[in-house]
Amino acid sequence: MEIDREKKLSLLKRMLLIRAFEEKAEELYQQKLIPGFVHLSIGQEASTTGSCMALRPDDYIISTHRGHAHILAKGADPRYMFAELFGRSTGYCKGKGGSMHIADFSRGILGANGVVGGGFPIMVGAGLSIKLRKTDQVGMVFFGDGASNRGTFHEACNMAAVFKLPIIFVCENNGYASTSPAEKMVAGGSVAGRAKAYGIPGYITDGSNVLEVLEVVHEAVEWARSGHGPAIVENETYRYKGHFEGDRQKYRSMDEIHMYRKNRDPIDKFERLLLEEGCLTIEAVAEIRAETAACIEAAVQFGLDSPLPEPEDALKDLYVNP
Amino acid sequence: MAVREITCSQAIAEALAEEMERDDTVFILGEDLVSNGGIFCQFKGLPERFPGRVIDTPISETSIVGSGVGAALTGMRPIVDMHFADFVTTAMDEIVNQMAKIHYMFGGQAKLPMVLWAPDGAGISAAAQHSQSLESWLVHTPGLKVVVPSEPADVKGLLKAAVRDDDPVIFFQHKRLFKQTGPVPEEPYLIPLGKADVKRAGTDITLITYSRMTYVCLEAAQKLEEKGIQAEVIDLRTLKPLDFDLIAQSVKKTNHVVVVHEACLTGGFGAEIAARIGEELFEHLAGPVVRVGAKDVPVPFSPVLEQYVLPQVEDILEGVDKALKRKQQALFIPRAANVR
Repeated sequence: MEIDREKKLSLLKRMLLIRAFEEKAEELYQQKLIPGFVHLSIGQEASTTGSCMALRPDDYIISTHRGHAHILAKGADPRYMFAELFGRSTGYCKGKGGSMHIADFSRGILGANGVVGGGFPIMVGAGLSIKLRKTDQVGMVFFGDGASNRGTFHEACNMAAVFKLPIIFVCENNGYASTSPAEKMVAGGSVAGRAKAYGIPGYITDGSNVLEVLEVVHEAVEWARSGHGPAIVENETYRYKGHFEGDRQKYRSMDEIHMYRKNRDPIDKFERLLLEEGCLTIEAVAEIRAETAACIEAAVQFGLDSPLPEPEDALKDLYVNP
Repeated sequence: MAVREITCSQAIAEALAEEMERDDTVFILGEDLVSNGGIFCQFKGLPERFPGRVIDTPISETSIVGSGVGAALTGMRPIVDMHFADFVTTAMDEIVNQMAKIHYMFGGQAKLPMVLWAPDGAGISAAAQHSQSLESWLVHTPGLKVVVPSEPADVKGLLKAAVRDDDPVIFFQHKRLFKQTGPVPEEPYLIPLGKADVKRAGTDITLITYSRMTYVCLEAAQKLEEKGIQAEVIDLRTLKPLDFDLIAQSVKKTNHVVVVHEACLTGGFGAEIAARIGEELFEHLAGPVVRVGAKDVPVPFSPVLEQYVLPQVEDILEGVDKALKRKQQALFIPRAANVR
């Protein structure tokens, strides 16, 4: 596929926005401005951005507990996201969802799911709905190496394959299911390799290379959109932060994290490439970074300025027709 | 309005045919539906009449229910066939964590118009894994509506209302009532969720029940009449929303209550009803609120064992004696100790 300068710039901008969002979320969590848990995906930006930018606005995604990036990559507004993280009434879910449960149905974001592997069966239903409504949408369900061991993954792959549903299963293999290394928990050597059992395409990408991810996912999306059925894409990636904020990370070394940050950072790599190609100047990069920081600051301010819900709002939104 | 006698199975098929005709987004998903119209022939004629809208799936209950959720979120109105209500256990995450919570958890952004249709109940020697009445689990999960009809006319009207409802509805259909006949109007009609029905009027005691136990209570009421006791039988029809107004109206009149369900006694829905009556209608009570339910064991296979475990007419009569505080001069001989 042709990836023009404009598309490349939008990939970079989206990755920078996600990184800035996550770093700010970390800071705000440490300042105790965000209640509950926060699962950050710093380091995985190329996987998420490359995947979502292969989609159309009317395509569906389902995200995970580590979901801020997917939602931003699909175009959600960081103001309503921060408001949700702060538990404000202006948040995407009016403060009822929080970090693990952000959705924006107007953008095809069918929600982040707090249950590992909870998104697969729901995406099968969205795929079935696409087929019954005879549209040419596709659905993309994100998951980690850990979720590939849930029964839901296997049921959903089988059902999507026998019904030829337009679903792209995007595994963001960051090497660890919470504290457990993928190499100890995933049989068969890879998640994408399991595609063979269902007779569907399986791809593995260098998840630190946003262009590679975009190209491969684009191919899988075209396959699904043209009626051939589902595909699995496994992006080999890495998270720099713990499973959750506050994770002591005894299961891996600081050296390992440092090595990835230094040699395989998706944003550094892509920025360097764009500079080398002459797509961007150092000044232009600085300008984009400054714009991104300002956007995040404004989003945080919007959230902090927003009202808290009224306590009795807890009783609303249970039923459409009570 | 013209009325004819049909079975619950026919009522189900009629209800769904009417709704599928009316609304293209309604479809049915589940195992073994197409070749016979479902394992209980409950969807007879629909696969032929609506090709492609009655869909056979692999044996993947988790994904079947999850698919219902995903389809409902994206513009369809799925009816998910659970095969046997007992199999909700294999899709509990999809029912409890997804279906029940998505509308609320996402701040009301999405509606989830789906029906989980689940044949429940015992009495056909189907043994422990195919005979349960699990309604109280799901009533205990905010976000779901729970329907437990008895007679064919209610089955039809409530199923149509459930399909049109924008919230997720669990529709429990008792297996022993598939062949139950009853008068059903020819013309289409709806019965709103959350309205109980007086199946027999009486002044001396209220029997509150639902699903197949409605028929058992009516039989008990007949026996009570022979002894000069006029029992009122209330069929709740839906447990959530609950029509407590009708319960209150009846209790204020009779001052005596027995709650009857086929589910095992401990933690059953009868406990909820009894507690609410105690809290809200205490001054109207002239005796204890008595519960009658199955004994607290899994449903056994052998008919003699199964009958012993399930509530019988005699248990209800014994419950009435207790509710009327007639222990010293009981009208009926106790059968067993499944009345507390």
